Formats: sequence, C-alpha cells, structure tokens
Amino acid sequence: MADAPLHADPAAASRDRGGPLQPLLIVRGLTKHFPIRSGLMGRRTGVVQAVDDLSFDVMKGEVLGVVGESGCGKSTMARLLMQILKADRHELIFDGDPLGHTGITTAELRRQMQMVFQDSHASLNPRMTIADCIGFARRMRGEPRNMVAAKVDDLLERVGLTPAQYRHRYPHELSGGQRQRVNIARALALEPRLLILDEAVSALDKSIEAQILNLLNSLKAELKLTYVFISHDLNVVEYISDRMMVMYLGRIVEIGPVDQVYGDPKHPYTRALLASKPSHDPRKRTLVPPITGDPPNPINPPSGCRFRTRCEFAEGVCGQMAPTLKPLDNGDHSVACLMQQPGSGHSRAPI
Amino acid sequence: MTAMGISALIVMLAIAAPYVTDGQPYSGNALERLKPIGTHGHLLGTDELGRDMWTRLVYGARLSLISGAAPVLIALAIGGSLGVIAGYAGGRVNALIMRTMDIFYAFPAVLLAIAACAVLGPGLLSTIAALSIVFTPSIVRITETATTRIRGMDYIEAARCSGATDFRIILHQVLPNVQAPVLVYASSLAGLSIILAAGLSFLGLGMSPPNPEWGQMLNSLRQSIYVQPWVAALPGLMIFVTSVCFNVISDGLRVAMDVQDG
Repeated sequence: MADAPLHADPAAASRDRGGPLQPLLIVRGLTKHFPIRSGLMGRRTGVVQAVDDLSFDVMKGEVLGVVGESGCGKSTMARLLMQILKADRHELIFDGDPLGHTGITTAELRRQMQMVFQDSHASLNPRMTIADCIGFARRMRGEPRNMVAAKVDDLLERVGLTPAQYRHRYPHELSGGQRQRVNIARALALEPRLLILDEAVSALDKSIEAQILNLLNSLKAELKLTYVFISHDLNVVEYISDRMMVMYLGRIVEIGPVDQVYGDPKHPYTRALLASKPSHDPRKRTLVPPITGDPPNPINPPSGCRFRTRCEFAEGVCGQMAPTLKPLDNGDHSVACLMQQPGSGHSRAPI
Repeated sequence: MTAMGISALIVMLAIAAPYVTDGQPYSGNALERLKPIGTHGHLLGTDELGRDMWTRLVYGARLSLISGAAPVLIALAIGGSLGVIAGYAGGRVNALIMRTMDIFYAFPAVLLAIAACAVLGPGLLSTIAALSIVFTPSIVRITETATTRIRGMDYIEAARCSGATDFRIILHQVLPNVQAPVLVYASSLAGLSIILAAGLSFLGLGMSPPNPEWGQMLNSLRQSIYVQPWVAALPGLMIFVTSVCFNVISDGLRVAMDVQDG
C-alpha cells in the first residue's frame, strides 16, 4: 500500500495539461489592500498595501522560494493564492485554466493547490485525531470512511509516521516536528500538484528542520510536486529552491534562479538581505550592518521605489518613478530597480 | 459525587412521582391542615389546605426540573446557533446579532423575566419562554467569544483550503472547540433557572395555584410560617438543594471538560 504511488503516472500525466513548459501557476496583478477603519462610523482612514501588484510564474516541478522581511506580505500572498483571503484584483491561471467562470473553480483550484502553515500547533484542530485531521478534506468530499482511512494510513507512512502508532493520537501528544509532518500529510490528502509552504520549517529546531526539508525534497520527487516555499531563512531557501523571489513591502524586487540571485544580486535590497546572512566562517564577521532601520509603514509607503528610504543609492528619480520588474539580459533574472533600467534617469543606470 | 447522587435522586423521584406518593397532589383534607413534620400518614406534614407535603414536593420537582432545564436547553439551541454564526461570520452579521443581544443585556435578568412573564401571562410555557429570553444573550456572548477566538486559527483556514462548506466547518471544526465553555456555562445556568422560575412563581407570575411548584408553594405557605415554620421552609430547602447540586455538577463539568492544549 505504502509503496504504491500516490497518483499513478497515467493519471498524473492526464492532469498535466499544458506540458512541461507551461507554467503551473501564472499570477498577474495580485493585489490586496486592507482598509483601516476607525471611529464610530468606520470611516476609511487609510490603506495597508499588504500585497501590491504581484506578477510571477511558478514553473512545473520547481521550488520557488519567497523571501523578505516580516511584514512584507509573504503570508498574505499565500492566503490570497489559496483564496482564503479575497484579493482586490488578481488573475490566476492554473496550468492554462484561468480561475473564474471560464476556467476552473475555487474548489478545483484548492484540490490542485494546498498549503502548509507555519504554526504546526495552531494549524491542527486540538479536538480531532491525527487521522481525522488528515482525512477531513476527503471525508468532506463524500468519500467513504474506509477509503479515507486507507488513504490516511498511506499518507502517514509517506511522511514518516507509523500509522498504527499515530492514527488515533491527538495533536497535543505530538512533537513540533511530528505535527508538521501531519500538516504536510493533510495538505497532500487531496493529491494536489502545488504546495504552498508558508514558513513551514521556520518554527522547528534546526535538526528537525533538516529532516522536514529532506522529507519535502523526497515527497516532491515521488509525487511530482511543485512548491512555493515561503521563508525568511535565506540558507533554507538557497538549499531547497530552484528560483527565488525577493519581496519588499508588498512588491517583488527581484526574481530569478537561485544561483543567479545569490551569486549576483542586482537589487540593493537583495544585496543587503544576503549580506545580513551570517557567514559560517567566524573570521568573516559582518561588522557593518548591511541595512539599517525598519521597513517603512505599509500604510503610507514611500512614493516611487518603496526601498528608497533605506537605499544607499537612492536619488531624486527614485521617488518619482516606481520601478517595474524588468528582465535582465539573460531573461530569467528580473529586477525592479531603476539602476538596472536603461534610460531611467538614475545616474547608475546602464546607457 | 454527592451532588450527582442527590440530583439523580430528585430526578428519579420526579419521574416516579405516582409510585412513591399517593398520587394526589391537588386533594387535601381540610381537617388535617398544617400538620407538623413526622405526622402519621403525612411524613413531611401538610400544607395550609391539608395537602400532603411529600406528594406536593415530589410533584413539584417535575415542574421545577422542567422549568430549570427547558429554558437552558432552548437558550442553548438559539443562543448557541446565533453565537456561532456571529463569531464565524464576523463583520456586519456579528454586529447585528451582538448589538441586538446587548439590548437584552441592558435589562437586569429578573426584570426582563418579570416583564416577559407579565406579557405572556402565567403558566409553565410562559415561564420557560421568559427564562429562555433571559438566558439567550449571555449564551450568545459566550459562544461568540469562543468562536471568534477559534475563527482565526490556522486549522480553520486549513479546513477552508480543503474546500469544506462553512456549515461543515462549523459542525466539524468549530463546534467541538466551543462546546466545552458553552456547556459548562449552560449547566451553571440550570441552577439559576430553577431559582428564577421559583422566584417568578413566588411573585405570582409563573405557575399559578394549585400547581405544586416549589416557588408557588413557598408563596402560599408564607402566611403559615409562624404556625409551621419547618413545613413552610421545605419548598425553599428543595430549591436550595437542587440549585446547589446543579452548580456543583457544573463545576465538576468545568474540570472534566478542561481543554487539553498541550
């Protein structure tokens, strides 16, 4: 049972509609502004631009790492993609099918796309057994009890928990790492093709984190999964990702293959972020803080480039013009910085 | 355990009333009025119309238990649903339901019960209705608070991701987590409900004579308190013991249902 593939290959092949070159998920113009209401009448006194006009593709079989400081909109983005939060404006195309009445429904999207939450404790219902938690989605879709039970055992086995031992336990009887395994099993229950991992390993001990990362890697290979891996841990993202996306204050500042972004970061924010990563060599201490201050308040983000208030290269033009994400010469690597855009008016821009 | 035992005894006596008494709570002998406790043939004495106190107390347990339990159950059904809906939906729905409940909250409980009873007229059903109205707002509030706390939890979001309908999420994910505090609170209301029901009858707004309701019995025996103080105190003792027992059980329930958060 455990050795049988989760979805047989022909089925997986039939679910793959657009071929390997078709992005699994295309996101265009994803925007979410939270109004701030105050006073007795709930007047709108401001807007938090949590996620502002995100556009990116997730290719089939890749791991797209998403990094950024806390509050930059990573988790909001995950919830918007899962349709838990309603986006103000967005266009989602899942394997060629647009979300909406001409393409796939929200229910179908959620079958193909699932999410693993950061807090392994809060994301499991304390009143449900492990088996009930994992089997919930399938039970709710009307599958008979015995079929769901077999499926649950298979999933437990896959995430490295002995079914007989854990099936009837409650979440509080498990350790953090075990709970996160259960969360992964739960997310896999509907046989999705895309997993959104929202800080899925951030709350774990380093040793457990490594185990879970290895588990994710092997699950990805076995089940032909695609991941959107959200994390603030640059080492983890470098380890697991194929491409990475750097977010700052609700916008994408840089996106590209991991080796290119790590090897040759183009955006000053990415550079600062990477420089803040402690070196493994104690003789190479970072003595000068690569970036100072807190991100500006997203209620009133700076005009133009949102990073200009902390950027050492900021010039007048940065406040007048918002840089858009533009591909560099090689095409894969895109960056939103006026310094990389010819004719932008920035003194460091290429001619 | 003692409280459970006494409560169970009262419930059993109420059910078996025709078998443990002479079965005639309404008929009395005018010649045997206000006999003291221990009189031959009338173990607990007789009331001001010569009716056997034991019989009337046991039959009274039926009415008192119903007027104690029914309003709580009704308020639990109505208030629990409203509270879960308000907490789960949030926003405008929440504001509408909670502000309406706040209006009821603005009145003292007894005043509200008296007003409702006065409007509905005396009788068992109007007592139950009045007390249900009194208890509903507080149950709504407890349920709403518990639901709001749970609504933002990741496991509810995960359940929404799984594509389950709101109704099923409420049924399978929300209710098991809100039931403990709500049930504990509701059980503590049962004792209060008995007291309030008796109080309403005592004021002449609940059950009317000759129904053997404890509060109403207390009222009619009030004039005889100088003649037979112990007999006159018996209905009050029953009210006291029953509501204390219910409260102790409620406390036990609180301990037993304590959520294991690990």
